[in-house]
Amino acid sequence: MKRFLAVLNARNLEFVRDRSALAWTLFMPFFLIIGFAVIFSGDDKTLYNVGVLNPSAKTIEFLDTKFIHAIEFEEQNIALDKLKHHRLDMVISLGSNNQYWINDSSPNGYLLERILWGTGGKPFTREIVAGEEIDYVDWVLPGILSFNIMFGCLFGVGYVIVRYRKSGFLKRLKATPLKSVEFLLAQMMSRLILMMVITMVVLVGSAIMVDFTMHGSYVLLLFIFLVGSVCMISLGLIVAARITSEELAGGLLNLATWPMMVMSGVWFSLEGTHPFIQYTAQILPLTHIVDASRAVMTEGATFIDVSNHLIVLSVMSVVFLGIGAKIFRWD
Amino acid sequence: MTTIIEINHLVKHYGDVHAVNDLSLSIPKGICFGLLGPNGAGKSTTIEIAEGILEATSGEILYKGKSLDHTFREEAGIQFQATALQEFLTVRETLKMFHDLYEKTMEWDDLVSLCNLDELLDRDNQKLSGGQRQRLLLALALVNDPEIVFLDEPTTGLDPQARRNFWDLVKSIRERKKTIVLTTHYMDEAYELCDEIVIVDKGKIIAQGTPQALLKNHFGDTILQLPDHILSENDANSLGFKFVVRNNWTEIQSDNPDETIKKLIERNIPLAQMRLREWSLEDLFIALTGKQLRQ
Repeated sequence: MKRFLAVLNARNLEFVRDRSALAWTLFMPFFLIIGFAVIFSGDDKTLYNVGVLNPSAKTIEFLDTKFIHAIEFEEQNIALDKLKHHRLDMVISLGSNNQYWINDSSPNGYLLERILWGTGGKPFTREIVAGEEIDYVDWVLPGILSFNIMFGCLFGVGYVIVRYRKSGFLKRLKATPLKSVEFLLAQMMSRLILMMVITMVVLVGSAIMVDFTMHGSYVLLLFIFLVGSVCMISLGLIVAARITSEELAGGLLNLATWPMMVMSGVWFSLEGTHPFIQYTAQILPLTHIVDASRAVMTEGATFIDVSNHLIVLSVMSVVFLGIGAKIFRWD
Repeated sequence: MTTIIEINHLVKHYGDVHAVNDLSLSIPKGICFGLLGPNGAGKSTTIEIAEGILEATSGEILYKGKSLDHTFREEAGIQFQATALQEFLTVRETLKMFHDLYEKTMEWDDLVSLCNLDELLDRDNQKLSGGQRQRLLLALALVNDPEIVFLDEPTTGLDPQARRNFWDLVKSIRERKKTIVLTTHYMDEAYELCDEIVIVDKGKIIAQGTPQALLKNHFGDTILQLPDHILSENDANSLGFKFVVRNNWTEIQSDNPDETIKKLIERNIPLAQMRLREWSLEDLFIALTGKQLRQ
């Protein structure tokens, strides 16, 4: 324990005193959140999303209207849930029941209803759902926090260990009684503590600067970030386990982060994307951190609701950590 | 004398390259043991295997009669030739971290004063001079009050004064009856500090003993030096001397200096600038390996 604490303390001091890295980790998410808050403060959406149930039953002129984007759904409750949270503007069933649903607080729903009536949709029965609109900032905030955790953990552990190895510092540690598991746990714990502190600071700062919505539990949210951080750190350890080139480490870490940045639903919903993209996204840890934290923040999801994401992240952590510890090399 | 490290039939191959070839040696406890050799001779590989950093292809290393284990890690201190330290930490914090890695440690004040770090404790690691940095690295090697200390070319890159200061530190450690294993490129350093040396070339030991004994055994004669503009190569040849011309001096190797001087007088060679030079380890090294040490 003494050896673990010694390495943990030294790594913490090193990070906190590296002002440029600290500033980047701390302020980058603020810049993104404020930037998105400014950019998306207007409501100039030009595309209307309509969820379509029983799409093969018939065709209607309404769905061919320009600027209407039809998204097919198999399950009615999923589509209606998205309508409730304004992620869809209307849901229409082309089956024998001839129903459509709009959110009574959605201006887009009101307009789409008029268009539906004007394009031969009068026979459809009107149904109403109620639910607050989720601003884009509210929607994107969990993504940005998760995104910051991903970068902080992968580069903060993976890149640093490769730098230690290249400089010979790991070789020096190898010459001491320090065990590799003690070293790795200290690196993990150091990064975990720092990422949780930074995430809390960003959350508090965001609450002050941007009036975001929080429907769920902050404790559960932080727990998701904790589990997600462990998973990302473990992934970083795999990258850092053997290589000695910082350039290669940078390349591999970018290789790991870019697909997650694009495909994990940080910036935009994967709704309507090709099923292959949606399946692939499920093997990316960031997807589970984003989905779970977003569900807590925007829908008030409980521990049970997000437990599937937590289980996936935990299993990934065990696998990544096992591989990383197995192949780790001091020099 | 008790043996602290025993190396038996050590072999290390890197693909087709045989870095160490069936090398065996014993290091007695409490002495300063020098490992010398040109670059690529296998001395760094040998020392890193002895430190437990590298794995041997075959052969065995015994510390106090046992394979290298946790006890060795606790009781060995190592100063690598090049070690980067963590950034943004002070000397005190770096020492403290390494201090906490060991069960048994040297008294803090003793360690700090031994390595002359009193005034550097709150200085950033990255703001140390070469000599100060080597003193910190030595302190890290001594932090566990080791029984054996490995110093891998500790004075490379230091100015002459810093080198001499470092030698004093090594002598202080030796006075504490610690075993020191030193690799160096500097023959004067080996001569000054080492009680026993081995010279390694092509992965094998080619000489072993005390520096004085090795010189006595290899060189029975004396070196007389004259400037080469006073004693030319032709004159030296015609007088039948065994000689070399080095750095503008003609060096005559003579087992009978009186007879040599008599011949020079007969040839009317002025002797005002003549001087005697002792054989050095550098001479021995060149004689044995045919190479300058840094080749």
